[in-house]
Amino acid sequence: MTFSGPAVCIGVDIDTDQVIAGRYLRTKDTSVWAEHVFEDLDPTLAPRLNGAVLVAGNNMGCGSSREQAPVAIREAGAVAVVAPSFARIFFRNAINVGLPVIECEGLTCHEGSTVTISLEEGWVEADGVRHPVRPLSGRMQEILAAGGLVPYWRNK
Amino acid sequence: MSTLSERILGGPAGTYVDHEVDRAFAHDGTGVLAMEAFRKMGVAKPARPETVSIIYDHISPANTSHTATLQKELREFSAAAGFALTDVGGGICHQLMSEGRVLPGEVVVGADSHSCTTGAFGAFSTGVGATDMAAIWAEGSTWFRVPETINIELTGRLPECCEAKDIVLTVTGNIGMDGGTYRALEYTGDGAAALTIAGRLTLCNMAVECGAKTGLFYADKTTQDYLARYGHQVERQEPEDATYCRELSVDLSNMEPVLSVPHRVDTVAPVADYAGTPLDQVFVGTCTNGRYEDLERFAQIVRGKEVTCRTIVVPASRAIMQKAAESGVLAAIIAAGCMVGPPGCGPCLGMHMGVLGEGETALSTANRNFKNRMGVGAEYYLGSVATAAASALKGEITSPEGIL
Repeated sequence: MTFSGPAVCIGVDIDTDQVIAGRYLRTKDTSVWAEHVFEDLDPTLAPRLNGAVLVAGNNMGCGSSREQAPVAIREAGAVAVVAPSFARIFFRNAINVGLPVIECEGLTCHEGSTVTISLEEGWVEADGVRHPVRPLSGRMQEILAAGGLVPYWRNK
Repeated sequence: MSTLSERILGGPAGTYVDHEVDRAFAHDGTGVLAMEAFRKMGVAKPARPETVSIIYDHISPANTSHTATLQKELREFSAAAGFALTDVGGGICHQLMSEGRVLPGEVVVGADSHSCTTGAFGAFSTGVGATDMAAIWAEGSTWFRVPETINIELTGRLPECCEAKDIVLTVTGNIGMDGGTYRALEYTGDGAAALTIAGRLTLCNMAVECGAKTGLFYADKTTQDYLARYGHQVERQEPEDATYCRELSVDLSNMEPVLSVPHRVDTVAPVADYAGTPLDQVFVGTCTNGRYEDLERFAQIVRGKEVTCRTIVVPASRAIMQKAAESGVLAAIIAAGCMVGPPGCGPCLGMHMGVLGEGETALSTANRNFKNRMGVGAEYYLGSVATAAASALKGEITSPEGIL
């Protein structure tokens, strides 16, 4: 799988309360989460996520286990999230809801410049520089290819 | 030689293992999403329903008809699936799991990030999201990456004005919000052995605040005595000469009361540095500090006095509330002018009762002070129960030194 899109840059230690605030969790309607994603961090961010690669700093998605966080990012149209490290529950959740997450060190984020990711070959390319990435396990790649853990299970 | 996590999961650090889940639980928030995922997976029935608990704590009781309808749906689903449901008023999932439902050596998974709490019993206890939980219901097992472990050796005796909360905030400040990512924390040493189960639960509860997968204590005589009260006879666990990825030593005798300052849990400073900061609200409770020992300590400080700012106290479970009612602890708290809420998460996650207004400042015994979490545009400090009590009496941040 190869993904590509303009970079949207966010900082380090972005917690899931900042991804989607607790006050929007009282629903099953995923469009609510997409509408309010990153609202408290930067209200202009949500519309820019469509088709974009979200590039975060260390410890992306720390805090609460809320799965609405990766769902909100996916529903807002982001094609993948790249960060040097992720909080582990966010990482699992993202794979489970079909949002590609890639651990990549040394990437400097330039807003709007094209970021390309190859999961099979294990690299992220930005500003003409190719960075090797930590490969996902075979099972994680299968779950992502199926579109998430629910379709993966249904196909089993 | 193995760490406790390696021993329980049955593999060396860094490897992936599939393991049966001995206890699985979800709350009213994640339970609804797990129910949706489970239905969409098209699985006829759960693999081992007798291992699953559903506990209503996040919005408990329901605040709107919409929430109530979601809770009704989950209640019906849970009954049909054969899960054990604890309805509103029972308490916080992590506390209820701590009341005799988790045993040493077990693999415990909760659909909540603070599921690391019950590592205090020498279990491998960790949090997942809702879809992972649905898959666990379906299969009875899940995959884990066996974590590397940071050994935190606690030595010496904690001063009277400090408590487990000061230890865990100090450790979190030291390790940092991502210093434990993908790892486990093991607490050892004479200072760890001297902690009560309540204190151990407070330490393990906040393991996730530095990114850790879980926090663990080795089961010892304290664990045996505690679990015997719930009818369980358990074996002790002895530490081996294991390989740790990092070793940290914390001298408890040097500890001072500390705060986690807005808006990062790892920004930790002595309470004295912020003394005099005016407070609009003090909140005592949560899966970190809503246990009987906490309420008792709070009552000890406020007894016969009056709080001078809005103070909300929420027991972590019905059993705790009942014991506090019978012992007079609750009466002392109420007489001091505090509001006592129903067992549950209270305002911690900003969903209902007790949230803060814009520009307000609070001190809370909870585990997270993320921006806007407990109220949009508010600031909140995290501290110990004694710091909360001393501060509630003065209406401003106050160190408990000299009070106890």
